[in-house]
Amino acid sequence: MRLAGFYTFAAVVALLPMLFPTNYFVTVVGASAGLHVILAVGLNLLMGYAGQISLGHAAFFGMGAYASAILTTRFGWPSLLALAAGLLVAGAIAWLLARPILRLRGHYLAMATLGFGIIVHVVMVQATRWTGGPDGLAGVPPLNLLGWAVEGDLQWYGVIMAAMLLAVWLSLNLVDSQFGRALRAVHGSEFAAQMMGIDIGRAKTQVFVVSALFAAFAGSLFAHQQAFVSPDSFNLIVSVELVTMVVLGGMASTFGAACGAIALTLLHQGLVVFEDYEMVIHGALLMAVMIFLPQGLFVGLSQGARRLWATVPRKP
Amino acid sequence: MLEQFFQFLVTGVTVGSLYALVGLGFALIYNASDVVNFAQGEFVMLGAMTAIALLGAGLPLPLAAIAATLAAILVGLLLERFAIEPAQGASVVTTIIITIGAAIFLRGVALLLWGKDFHALPSFSGDAPIHLGGATVLPQSLWVLGVTVLLVGLVRAFFNHTLLGKALLACSFNRAAAQLVGINVRVMLRLAYGLSAGLGAIAGILIAPITFSSYEAGVMLGLKGFSAAIVGGIGNPMGAVAGGVLLGLLEALGAGLISSGYKDAIAFLFVLMVLFFEPAGLFGRKVAERV
Repeated sequence: MRLAGFYTFAAVVALLPMLFPTNYFVTVVGASAGLHVILAVGLNLLMGYAGQISLGHAAFFGMGAYASAILTTRFGWPSLLALAAGLLVAGAIAWLLARPILRLRGHYLAMATLGFGIIVHVVMVQATRWTGGPDGLAGVPPLNLLGWAVEGDLQWYGVIMAAMLLAVWLSLNLVDSQFGRALRAVHGSEFAAQMMGIDIGRAKTQVFVVSALFAAFAGSLFAHQQAFVSPDSFNLIVSVELVTMVVLGGMASTFGAACGAIALTLLHQGLVVFEDYEMVIHGALLMAVMIFLPQGLFVGLSQGARRLWATVPRKP
Repeated sequence: MLEQFFQFLVTGVTVGSLYALVGLGFALIYNASDVVNFAQGEFVMLGAMTAIALLGAGLPLPLAAIAATLAAILVGLLLERFAIEPAQGASVVTTIIITIGAAIFLRGVALLLWGKDFHALPSFSGDAPIHLGGATVLPQSLWVLGVTVLLVGLVRAFFNHTLLGKALLACSFNRAAAQLVGINVRVMLRLAYGLSAGLGAIAGILIAPITFSSYEAGVMLGLKGFSAAIVGGIGNPMGAVAGGVLLGLLEALGAGLISSGYKDAIAFLFVLMVLFFEPAGLFGRKVAERV
C-alpha cells in the first residue's frame, strides 16, 4: 500500500509505449523526461528532504557523462565499467566536498555550489586534451548491457524508464528509512537533530553523495543515449533548471520532483514553437508559480484537492 | 616583467570596479530585504543595451546614459513591486528561484528587443591609450575608476550622513524595530531596489565601450558581483566593494600569469576558499545565528 503510487506510476510508464509505440512525445521526449526525473529525484533528496540547496548539480551529471564518454571512446572500456567509474568519481568528489560545503547555509551554500558548478564547467571547456573542449566528444558507443547493445528510441525508452523507476523506488524507500527521518530532522532544525543524537555532518555527507550518484548515473545514460557530450549540457543554466524542477513540482516529495521534471521537459518542448518568446514565457512562469504556489505544482495542487475532498458532504 | 605586472593591475582594478558596483547593489538589496537578487546582472545588461539603443536612436551620449539608468531604476522598482513584494516571507530557495525567473524574463525581453547580436558603445573620450610607466591605460578605464570611486563615496555619504540612508540602514538591522520607530519599510525596500538597479545600470554603461554587450552579458557579471558581496561579507556594502576589487585583481593576475581560459575558475576557486575558511567573508561582521 505504501508504494501504491509507485505501482500506478510504473504501470503508466509501461503502458504508454504500448499504446503509442511511434509517438515522438512518448519515446523521445519521454526518455529525456526520464533522465530529468532521475536527476530531480536525486536532487530532491538533498534539497527537499535535507533542506540544502545546490546550484551546481549539473557538475555531477557532467562527471558521469564525461567519465562514460572518455573511458569508452579513448580507452575502449566496456560501458558498464565506465558507468561504475563515473559513479565512483562523482561519489568521491561529492564525499570530499560535502563536509566543507554543507557547513554553509542559505545564500552562502548557494554561492559555493554555484562556484563549484562553474569550475567543473570551465574544466570541461578548457581541458581539451581529455574532454574535446567546447566542441565536445562525439562517437560514444551504444550502451552495452552484458552483450545487448541498446539502440533505437524504443529500446532507449525502456532502459531509461527502468533506470528511472529504480531511482524513484530507491528514493521512496530511502525517505522512509532511518536515513530519511534523520534528513528531515536536519531540515527541521539542525540543533534539535543534534540533540536527538543525529550526526549532522554524516547525514548531510551521505545525502550529498547519494544525490551526486543519482546525477552521475543519469549522466552516463545520457552520454550513451546521445552518443555525444559537450559542456553546454552541463552548464549553470542546466543546474538552475534542475533546481527549478524540484521546486516546481514541490519540495520534499519524490513524486513532486518527478512531476516537476516531466512538466519542465514538456514545457521546453511546447515552448520551442514560440522560438524567441521562449525565454520570456519561461521566466514569467517560473516567477508566477513561485509567487502563487510556493509549495510547488504537485504538492500545492494535491493539497488543494485534498482540502476540496474534505469539504464534500458525506452520508454518516 | 614589472611593466606586465602593472598592466595586469590596471586591468584588474578596472574589472574589479565593475564587480564592486554590482556587488554593492547586491549588498544594498540583501540588507534591505534578505533577498539575494540573481537578476542584478540583468540590470547591468539593461543599462548598457538601453544606452546603446537610445544612442542609436539619435540621443547624445550623456542623455542616453541618464535615460538608460532611469529605465533600469524603473525596472528595479517594478521587480520589487510585482515579484518580491507578493512573495514576502517566502523561504530562501523560493526567493532565489523568483529572482532567477526574473533574470530569465529580463534576458528574454532583451532578446526580443535587440536580438542575439553583440553591440558596443563608443568610448566616452576617445580610444587613444594613455602611457603610464610602461603600461597602457584606456581612457575608458579611467572613466570606470573615477565614476566608481565617486559612486562608492556617494553611497557611503548617503548611509552615514543622510536621514534617508540611516533609515535604510535601520531596516537592514531590524525591520520590525525600524517599522516601530516610524520608518516606512516598504518605501525603503523600493529605494534599495531602485538604487541597486541604478548602480548596476551605470556599471553596464561604463563597461559597454570596453567589452561588447549582448542580451546574455549580465549573467557572468551578476555572478561575479554576487561573489564580490560574499567575499566581502554579505550585507556589508563597503566589504562588497573591497571584495569586488580583490576579485578583479585576482582574475587579471590569474589570466595573465596562469591561463586566461581558466580565469573564471580561478575567481570561483578563490570564492570557495573564502567560504570554506572564512565563511562570514573577509570583511564581514560575525553574527551568531538564532536556533
